[in-house]
Amino acid sequence: MTILEKVTALLGEGAVLEAGTDRVPRIAPGSPDAIALLLGTAHQEGWRVRIEGAGTWLQSDAPADLALTTRRLDRIPAIEPSDLTATAEAGIGLDQLRQQLADRGAWLAIDPPGLAGRTLGSVVSTATAGPLRHGFGPIKDHLLGVTFVTGDGRMVQSGGRVMKNVAGYDLTRLQAGGFGAFGVIVLVHLRLRTLPRADVTYVLEGAREDLTQVGEDIAAAGLTPAALELVSPALARRERWVLAVRLAGSPALVAADEAGLGAASGGGRFAPLRAEEAHAFWMRLAEGFAVRPVTFRIGGVPTASDELLDLLQHQLGDEWISASPAAGAIRWTGDASVDRLQRLRRTLAGLEVPLTLERAPWALRGAVGHFGAYREGVGPLVAGLRRTFDPGGALVVATEGT
Amino acid sequence: MSSLPHLARDLSAIVGDRHVRAARAERLTYSMDGLPTHRRVPDLVVLPGSREELIAVVRLLAALDVPFVPRGAGTGLSGGALADVGSVLLVLTRLNRILRIDRDNGLAVVEPGVVNAKLGAAAKPHGLQYAPDPSSQSACTIGGNVAENAGGPHCLKYGVTANHILALEVLLADGSLVEIGSPAGESWGPDLVGVFVGSEGNFGIATRITVRLTPIPRAVRTLLADFSALRTAGEAVSAIIAAGIVPAALEMMDQSCIRAVEDSVYAAGYPRDAAAVLLVEIDGRNADAVLAETDLVTELLRKSGARSVRSAASEAERERLWQGRKKAFGAMGRLSRDLVVQDAVVPRSAIPQVLETIATIAQRYGLVVSNVFHAGDGNLHPNISFDATDPALKQRVEAASAEIMETCIAAGGTITGEHGVGIDKLRYMPLIFDAESLGAMHAVRKVFDPEERVNPGKVVPVHACREWASRAVA
Ligand SMILES: Cc1cc2nc3c(=O)[nH]c(=O)nc-3n(C[C@H](O)[C@H](O)[C@H](O)COP(=O)(O)OP(=O)(O)OC[C@H]3O[C@@H](n4cnc5c(N)ncnc54)[C@H](O)[C@@H]3O)c2cc1C
Ligand SMILES: Cc1cc2nc3c(=O)[nH]c(=O)nc-3n(C[C@H](O)[C@H](O)[C@H](O)COP(=O)(O)OP(=O)(O)OC[C@H]3O[C@@H](n4cnc5c(N)ncnc54)[C@H](O)[C@@H]3O)c2cc1C
Repeated sequence: MTILEKVTALLGEGAVLEAGTDRVPRIAPGSPDAIALLLGTAHQEGWRVRIEGAGTWLQSDAPADLALTTRRLDRIPAIEPSDLTATAEAGIGLDQLRQQLADRGAWLAIDPPGLAGRTLGSVVSTATAGPLRHGFGPIKDHLLGVTFVTGDGRMVQSGGRVMKNVAGYDLTRLQAGGFGAFGVIVLVHLRLRTLPRADVTYVLEGAREDLTQVGEDIAAAGLTPAALELVSPALARRERWVLAVRLAGSPALVAADEAGLGAASGGGRFAPLRAEEAHAFWMRLAEGFAVRPVTFRIGGVPTASDELLDLLQHQLGDEWISASPAAGAIRWTGDASVDRLQRLRRTLAGLEVPLTLERAPWALRGAVGHFGAYREGVGPLVAGLRRTFDPGGALVVATEGT
Repeated sequence: MSSLPHLARDLSAIVGDRHVRAARAERLTYSMDGLPTHRRVPDLVVLPGSREELIAVVRLLAALDVPFVPRGAGTGLSGGALADVGSVLLVLTRLNRILRIDRDNGLAVVEPGVVNAKLGAAAKPHGLQYAPDPSSQSACTIGGNVAENAGGPHCLKYGVTANHILALEVLLADGSLVEIGSPAGESWGPDLVGVFVGSEGNFGIATRITVRLTPIPRAVRTLLADFSALRTAGEAVSAIIAAGIVPAALEMMDQSCIRAVEDSVYAAGYPRDAAAVLLVEIDGRNADAVLAETDLVTELLRKSGARSVRSAASEAERERLWQGRKKAFGAMGRLSRDLVVQDAVVPRSAIPQVLETIATIAQRYGLVVSNVFHAGDGNLHPNISFDATDPALKQRVEAASAEIMETCIAAGGTITGEHGVGIDKLRYMPLIFDAESLGAMHAVRKVFDPEERVNPGKVVPVHACREWASRAVA
């Protein structure tokens, strides 16, 4: 029997989708249990499996015997607006989830890069936060718990559905940003907020250094934007760099911050965007990171952000960059060779700044890895965790590289 | 440990005679933490005076295959810092230096024995705060906070310890050091900092901790609302949360707690006849916005049935209101010889119903249960006053505690929101995790500490696990 025949016998024909250009069978199990069954079998048979969500962020091009997509895990078992929590399956598209939450007055305060239909599982497993990380923190801060299936088909729960939880070790945070190396996330418990009653975006164009200063002044003035994002001209499709400020929350808070914004703008003038313009602006920013071949993020302390932006410009060119300096995060996208990425990663390591490769074709991410070489002592721990959660090495993930 | 005197001598050679406690009377000091129901006397107690001494001690213990237990201030409430016979207790309170405060980047680097409130005091002149504020903050250490993922009243808005730890240096059980996390919070590889925080000393010792500091809010309003029924107080909590307001703190105290506080030196002027009070704090950088939100909250409190809503008129009054809350455990300690501070979490909307059930459980067992808790997070602290010298009473307390936990789980909640599992809650772990999930946790612990020598016997009830190790090797 071929692999495809075996899988069909196991999960039924409904689970088999049309293969992509590399002809790797693509399987869409319809439930967490079906994923456990499939991975348990893969482990026994020695099949290598690559994980994919909706098909929008990472290219599903890793060498594998089959591709497992979570796209049929698209249910939302619970939305609790009064508790501000929700439980969603990993294959739900973020756009759909957002819509259903909004209908109940609730908001998941994340705006990851990528296309609107990106799956929740993909966002969690790659820990790709967007501009809202300035006001609401990284992806992990929005998670209350996850259920995942290990590479050998075991189903594990961690965390729970309530606001605080310290029962047992925190395996949820291991999954957030694990790039699928520790299993397939099937279910996610989320922390929500109420839909902000006021939500406005202002932009200011100018020279990068001037805008950085304005950003610092905004922080010093005590404003609390939801996002404070510095965007390169090419990405923003403007003449010059753009500082975009998003204020979201109660009308009183937003009005107070709007008043403060004028004072902090360093002689320039922030222009408000109309609601549709604001929506289009942030969406373009998110989508911009899903169209060019390579996307990565780096994390440096706020006072280093100027130097880091210079470094990126110098080593790779600065066309498509977006940064939340105060949150210590910079994201770059464009075209880059293995060599250049490795060199940049080495330079950054000397500055205590990690580079996480978020998206790239397999040829590149297989070589440089999502994480690169680990620091002393960390390698054996990660290897041990990999062995624990994927003893047979069934899951194909480019974690290390060099 | 066959040759205790030998070990004591070798340890003395590292840390000095004064810092090895071998006499029984000295060791007894360390036989409990903040929970009166568990007691273990360690074989030896060692207090290293520097990171280097600590490393040398752990390497010696590794070479001799001796288990050990890290301990901060010993204020834990789950028996986590207790060492059994055969284990050495490593007390980290002498590692108490604040190594660096970086104002511009909002971070500090500290040794594990730094007391939470001391860090706050050191950050203050820079206009910064270390937000997680456990009520024990005048005593507990940052190392202990990291190990327990401690919370506190102001964690509702600012997040718990896990949201404030950027990087760690960890000393593993085998004596090797690893650095995880980075000063900006992005990890090198998988988020091992996230995995370490809350691991209750089972993954190694945090020897250096980089924490996030945040600006001190410029405007603060503190409200005290009193209610004639627990249920309406609980409903007021839901109303505030559902309105999209995130107060800095939203704390509840019931009548038994109010009276204990008012009878103590910490009397805060809470109305003694109230069934419950809510202490609500709104803060922010802008006074007008804070005022507007305060008005909104006041209105919601009134609509939900508050008899009165009082706003602290001065900083002194605010401190007094808070002192009553923060010292409530101490005040309740006066009600009886011993106090079990319980900890569980429920969905916020379930608070009224769960509180009523807890009251019936207390009645059924003839126990005094007082509630003082982080209502905004749904993090309950039902506290049981009793006398631990009465074995029958102690048994009733245990049975009532178990029923309370079951009630919270049935409501969709969990067995601990901030105090950890330690040894006290081992028995409840199988109620919320299946054998596979417990096995996964156990397996992760063995990645960090294959011989299970750091803080053995805590957090995961090994007998209830499905074993992973054999398959992981295959
Ligand atoms: C230009 C292009 C070419 C493509 N070519 C092919 C092709 O040749 N062959 C083919 O088969 N498909 C192909 N695809 C499909 C597509 O790449 C995958 O379906 C895609 O990986 C799914 O994307 P996503 O947006 O949901 O996030 P993903 O990119 O699926 O996920 C991102 C990361 O998260 C991990 N992940 C996702 N969900 C989970 C989860 N629940 N638990 C743990 N880890 C998870 C993934 O392993 C990956 O590391 C192509 C897509 C594009 C855009
Ligand atoms: C009156 C009172 C009020 C309290 N209020 C709160 C509250 O509001 N919120 C809250 O969360 N908790 C509260 N607690 C519980 C307790 O204070 C916290 O759990 C605190 O974090 C424990 O710190 P500690 O230094 O006392 O640690 P200890 O009790 O000494 O140790 C606790 C655990 O941490 C481990 N540990 C200690 N240091 C390290 C280290 N450097 N590396 C690795 N592991 C280590 C120990 O092995 C043990 O498992 C309260 C306790 C009391 C007595």
